[in-house]
Amino acid sequence: MSTLRLEVNGQDHILENVPDDMPLLWVLRDRLGLVGTRYGCGIAECGACTVHLGGSPVRACQVPARAAAGQPVTTIEGLAQPDGTLHPLQQAWIDHDVAQCGYCQSGQLMSAAALLARHQAPSDADIDAAMAGNLCRCGTYLRIRRAIHDAAGRRQAIET
Amino acid sequence: MSAPGVDRHRGTRSLQTIAQAVLTPPERCPGLAVARLDRRGFLQLTGLAGGGLMLAFSLRPAGAATDPAGATADRDTLAPSAYLRISTAGILIHATQPECGQGVKTAMPMIIAEELDAAWSDVEVRQSWISEADFGRQFAGGSTGIPRVWLPMRRAGAVARAMLLAAAAERWGVAVEECTTANSHVLHASSGRRAAYIALAEAAAHLPVPDPDHIPLKSREAFRLLGTRITGVDNTALVTGQPLFGSDQQLPDMLHAAYVKCPAIGGRVRSANLDVIRALPGIESAFILEGNGDLTELKPGIAILGRETWAVMQAREALEVEWDETGAARDDWAETRAQALRLAEAAGAERLAAHGDTAKALAEAATTVEALYSYAFVAHAQLEPQTCTAWYHADEGRMELWAPTQTPQRAVSNVAGLLGLDEAAITLHQLRMGGGFGRRLVNDPVCEAAAIAYRVGRPVKLQWTREDDMRHDYLRAGGFHALKGAVDPEGRAVAWQNHFITFTADGRTPVFGGHLQPTEDLGHLIANFRLERTQLPWLSPCGFWRAPGASVFAFALQGFLHELSTAAGRDHLEFLLEILGEPRWLEPDNTWALHTGRAADVLKLAAAQAGWGRPLPEGHALGLAFYFSHAAHVAQVAEVSVEDGQRIRVHEVTVACDVGQIVNLSGAENQSEGSVIDGLSAMAGQQLTHEQGRVRESNFDRYPLLRMPQAPRVRTHFIQSDWAPTGLGEPVLPPVAPAVCNAVYTACGRRIRHLPISQDGFTLV
Repeated sequence: MSTLRLEVNGQDHILENVPDDMPLLWVLRDRLGLVGTRYGCGIAECGACTVHLGGSPVRACQVPARAAAGQPVTTIEGLAQPDGTLHPLQQAWIDHDVAQCGYCQSGQLMSAAALLARHQAPSDADIDAAMAGNLCRCGTYLRIRRAIHDAAGRRQAIET
Repeated sequence: MSAPGVDRHRGTRSLQTIAQAVLTPPERCPGLAVARLDRRGFLQLTGLAGGGLMLAFSLRPAGAATDPAGATADRDTLAPSAYLRISTAGILIHATQPECGQGVKTAMPMIIAEELDAAWSDVEVRQSWISEADFGRQFAGGSTGIPRVWLPMRRAGAVARAMLLAAAAERWGVAVEECTTANSHVLHASSGRRAAYIALAEAAAHLPVPDPDHIPLKSREAFRLLGTRITGVDNTALVTGQPLFGSDQQLPDMLHAAYVKCPAIGGRVRSANLDVIRALPGIESAFILEGNGDLTELKPGIAILGRETWAVMQAREALEVEWDETGAARDDWAETRAQALRLAEAAGAERLAAHGDTAKALAEAATTVEALYSYAFVAHAQLEPQTCTAWYHADEGRMELWAPTQTPQRAVSNVAGLLGLDEAAITLHQLRMGGGFGRRLVNDPVCEAAAIAYRVGRPVKLQWTREDDMRHDYLRAGGFHALKGAVDPEGRAVAWQNHFITFTADGRTPVFGGHLQPTEDLGHLIANFRLERTQLPWLSPCGFWRAPGASVFAFALQGFLHELSTAAGRDHLEFLLEILGEPRWLEPDNTWALHTGRAADVLKLAAAQAGWGRPLPEGHALGLAFYFSHAAHVAQVAEVSVEDGQRIRVHEVTVACDVGQIVNLSGAENQSEGSVIDGLSAMAGQQLTHEQGRVRESNFDRYPLLRMPQAPRVRTHFIQSDWAPTGLGEPVLPPVAPAVCNAVYTACGRRIRHLPISQDGFTLV
């Protein structure tokens, strides 16, 4: 048990009596009420719990919360701008009507956002490699691919 | 054949009821054949499946429908039915059916908005409460949602539109026939006047509600919204991570719960170290529940309650249980499979159907083919593990449930029966489901959460682990088909014999998914036909898995048809069209049945769009399959290549589909693409192998889902016929595996006859 200071979506949280092995996933969901990060398997196979830790995508079910202290955590709730402006990926997800049940899509978006932060214009192969860790039982992979290409194109159009 | 100590009849009571709802015989399904029915016939149909749907209009006065969440509509609100409310605040449409990813929360309000002539951007959609009186039957299953609501919802929109027109005409002192509507406004062209619906709602609310049975509906050509692509109404909430799902529920003072059951279905708790568990950090209580004897409601188990999910998960690790497995399932897949393979060589135990003289035709035929097809048991593996939140307000004797379920009304009666509560004392909030695929037709997690909450009197969120979910599923049944066929010297199919080996829990009737109707086997169109069945004992419960039965029968039957056409040296498309014969309904006067003309049309369309017969890149081949299920005609062509005789790459799948009018084109295409990927996923590597009644695969490391790099291009072509729409959640799945496996044979000469294909060393790359 320890007391942790966690920075999540730009906000500092002091958390007391956190078990040493408690995964970040359950701190986010049960302590902070950030339920957009979802539980699917608990063994890092499905990617539904993907968040950014220090800017890199991680499976929150495998990262002990205390290992996240000292690095900024971004969850799906923090992907849009503080003023509510959606991330280009979020807008593309809406425009392409990507989701079916939608349960995996927080994790899909966080993996895709990490990809776009590294690659301005990812190829299909780049996308496949970056997204292979995120399962979608409904089978929305084709729309996810299209939405990522679209968001990358939009961002480039804005920046050039 | 049944295990001692387990009452098998009682054990599947709920499943029987669900089966009646989901597998309603085609001639009794509502809403479809409406174009050909008189009013009396329509009322009979809606009466059967819709309960109070029509009464909702005619008996409830404007504004009287009670919305337990949002209070009764006011006098200034137009609410001619419970489906919609129009006031100066806006246009609100209720989504009445459970949303599990099939898209009804968007598609169904579109139907109302179309007849209302509302601009979609003006419409707010809210999930409705549960009420058979207001909405008729509320459930998601059997791809019946859209056909069930098609007419009632169109009428709901048209009734409101008529009242708004009348209100405007009265206000302007003009004849109602001179007024028209568009984009949430009434217009009077000759005077140029125009009034918004929201400004007319109060006046309209005081007018009499017209008879919905006689309200004119739009012709297809007048549709502005239906058939277009509309993005899902929850999409903004989804992409920003808002709480939507069952597992997202949070209540003050809420406890988190696990419910630990015997890994062999039917086992009971003999003893457990509950004192140790109760003393662990973060744990509030732990206790044993005996179960009610119904495997679809409450199995015996141990409830562990704590202040956080993680504390509960950790406590489970320390739990030591001695199970009493008297009467528990002892299913063993390896033994059962070996037994089935032996039985497949003999005649079936019973004959389900026969015509002609199959034995003689097989003996005398120029060319005969024999093959054994099989498929393993699989799990649903919806991405959100089962969950339910329950709160028993003991002082009021009232139960409140937050449940992601495909059968919310059934869940209420399940819980009422289980706890001896009046149904009126139970409030169920419909929540979005993280996938359903048929698993959430059964309400065992709702019963568990309710039974635990009833005991503790505080809000309780029950969260299954992935392992719980896979070990306590209602399986898609495995099965075997020993097939024999013959073709004559002209290459025509002349004999077809199918010895179907399936499973039974009670020694009499097949498990769910083990019902193969003779008409479902296209072999029955061949002159000499024989369908036999043998049932093997199997106690782990089976249930409804996306396109039950069809999802696997298609693999065996469409694969073997290709074997016959290959043996005959015929083109597969031509061979299938010849078997289908002249255009006709296969069951006279049943427009839910297979129509050979519609079947031929989708086959020809898929072939044309995929370029059937065109030159292909080296190593590539096309495979074709057709299947009819859930009143939908679907054909597919898969383009594949095979490396090293084992590594299969599916490049593209072309889907041609006739489900009548398309409601939301975006949702329809999404269902088609998803069904193809789902079908490939199950085909590639999914199987549950039981040992001593225990499932050996309990998470995605040993039960793989398809990943993005394996997903092929999917192109979907709809034939939008004049038939009323039928459901699209399931019927695109069945033809996928046979189309791919037929293509693999053409590409490399290896015939795949067992699912998953990983058993024979094949992989999907």
